[in-house]
Amino acid sequence: MSVAQLAVTRRGDGRSEAQPPTVALALLLPLALLGLWALSAHQGWLPVQILPAPSEALGALWELAKTGDLLRDTSISLLRVVEGFAAGCVLGLLLGIAMGLSPTVEDYAKPLFTAFAQVPTLGWIPLLMLLVGIGEALKIIVIAKAAFVPIALNTMAGVRAVPKHYAEVGAVFRFTRWQTLTKVVLPASVPPVFTGMRYGLTHSWNALVAVELLASAEGLGYLLVWGRQMFWLDTMMGAMVIIGLVGFLLDRLMAGAERHLQRWRPA
Amino acid sequence: MTRTLRGLALPLLLLACWQAASHFGLVDRRILPPLERVAHTAIDQVVNHGLLGHLAISLLRDMVGFVLGAMLGLLTGALLGLFRTIDLLVFPSFNGLRQIAILAWIPLISIWFGIGETAKVVFITAAAFIPVVLNTYEGFRSAPDSLVEVARAFTFTRWQAITRLYLPSALPSIATGVHLALIYSWVASIGSEYFMTVGPGIGGMIIAGRERFEMDLVMLGILILGLVGFLINRSASLVEARLLRWQQA
Repeated sequence: MSVAQLAVTRRGDGRSEAQPPTVALALLLPLALLGLWALSAHQGWLPVQILPAPSEALGALWELAKTGDLLRDTSISLLRVVEGFAAGCVLGLLLGIAMGLSPTVEDYAKPLFTAFAQVPTLGWIPLLMLLVGIGEALKIIVIAKAAFVPIALNTMAGVRAVPKHYAEVGAVFRFTRWQTLTKVVLPASVPPVFTGMRYGLTHSWNALVAVELLASAEGLGYLLVWGRQMFWLDTMMGAMVIIGLVGFLLDRLMAGAERHLQRWRPA
Repeated sequence: MTRTLRGLALPLLLLACWQAASHFGLVDRRILPPLERVAHTAIDQVVNHGLLGHLAISLLRDMVGFVLGAMLGLLTGALLGLFRTIDLLVFPSFNGLRQIAILAWIPLISIWFGIGETAKVVFITAAAFIPVVLNTYEGFRSAPDSLVEVARAFTFTRWQAITRLYLPSALPSIATGVHLALIYSWVASIGSEYFMTVGPGIGGMIIAGRERFEMDLVMLGILILGLVGFLINRSASLVEARLLRWQQA
């Protein structure tokens, strides 16, 4: 057993993370809060417009699920993110690879890119609303921008960081440029590129929420706006739970894909 | 030198196209106002409409939220990182709530705290809080085992261990968290002004520009947004490098 392994065992006190007592402890706080929330609603400490009973929040979520509204809004939001993320991904990968491979391209493109990336996605939304209106195009562009920036940056860094001797092996095999790119550079830069894509997807999801809050007539963000206007806190809470859940699942999905693509690496 | 020239080529080309398109009437001037019009708006806003006041208020709000969020975050992160029981009790819940995109909190916050200053500061505080908690927590947990053993050999008291071992080894990570918090809180300041459209601020100015279809005003706002973000980021990097200089040795 190596020193590192020893250290790990000692730090974890020999307990694995998911043992039942741990889960019970983790659930204690949410349950206590839920109890307090239910008690407060029962005693009427706060008006319903400020804090509806937990049962009402759950009921609202159930109602939304039953009428199919929830599924519809979630799938609209998801579709937007998939489209925007795919566009941002392709552009980000292309620019990142080009800048990573060629210092000349980097010299020309990096300053403009940096200036473009400096303004947060939220800042571009009003400008884009004037340029392209508030239709689907706006959402796709905003989401694509959010994914584009971290993907381009991480791809560039990843391509740069491919060890020189990998390329030398490629040269020994007399690989063409294309072969070097597809068989050496791209596989070797998978980890940083995927880190970028994971960030990109998270940014895309956040951008979706932003753009749907500002300009949309459907989707999860709109559900929030609508709940706000009607003072339906239960609907808003339901929408927030779904936004968190989908965001979490999207990130897990990327993490899974990352592991899958890296299985060739020696541990 | 060549690099600088190359770097300037694309932006200058874009600006030239923009100027030409706008002067020769190739595009609607309302969509793409000529550069001098944007410059004129900038001067007009500073002189007649208190642009600097808007900026000062946005920055002040940003700083109040940032300081509150960072302090709360440091405290929470340290408690989570140092005490295993608190970690087990609280961290999973924090992690769950963290999954919700920060902007999705705005409607709820605006119902609980209104749409005035309090609500905005609450939102900015939350945005700054999250990265500081995460990075402080990570930092405290990543104290090297060898040092933990040294501390044990010297029979450090709990307090000594915290101030001489855990805090110093957490510092780089804390610095990262604070740096992120600075960036997030600036974006959150703008976001809060977008959605809680009461009172002065740069975000409010951009939204007003959009509603009145004044592209020059929107562009000016975006320029300021980017510049301020850039300056905040740059100064944070400088401070960070200075504070962590001892690490290089």
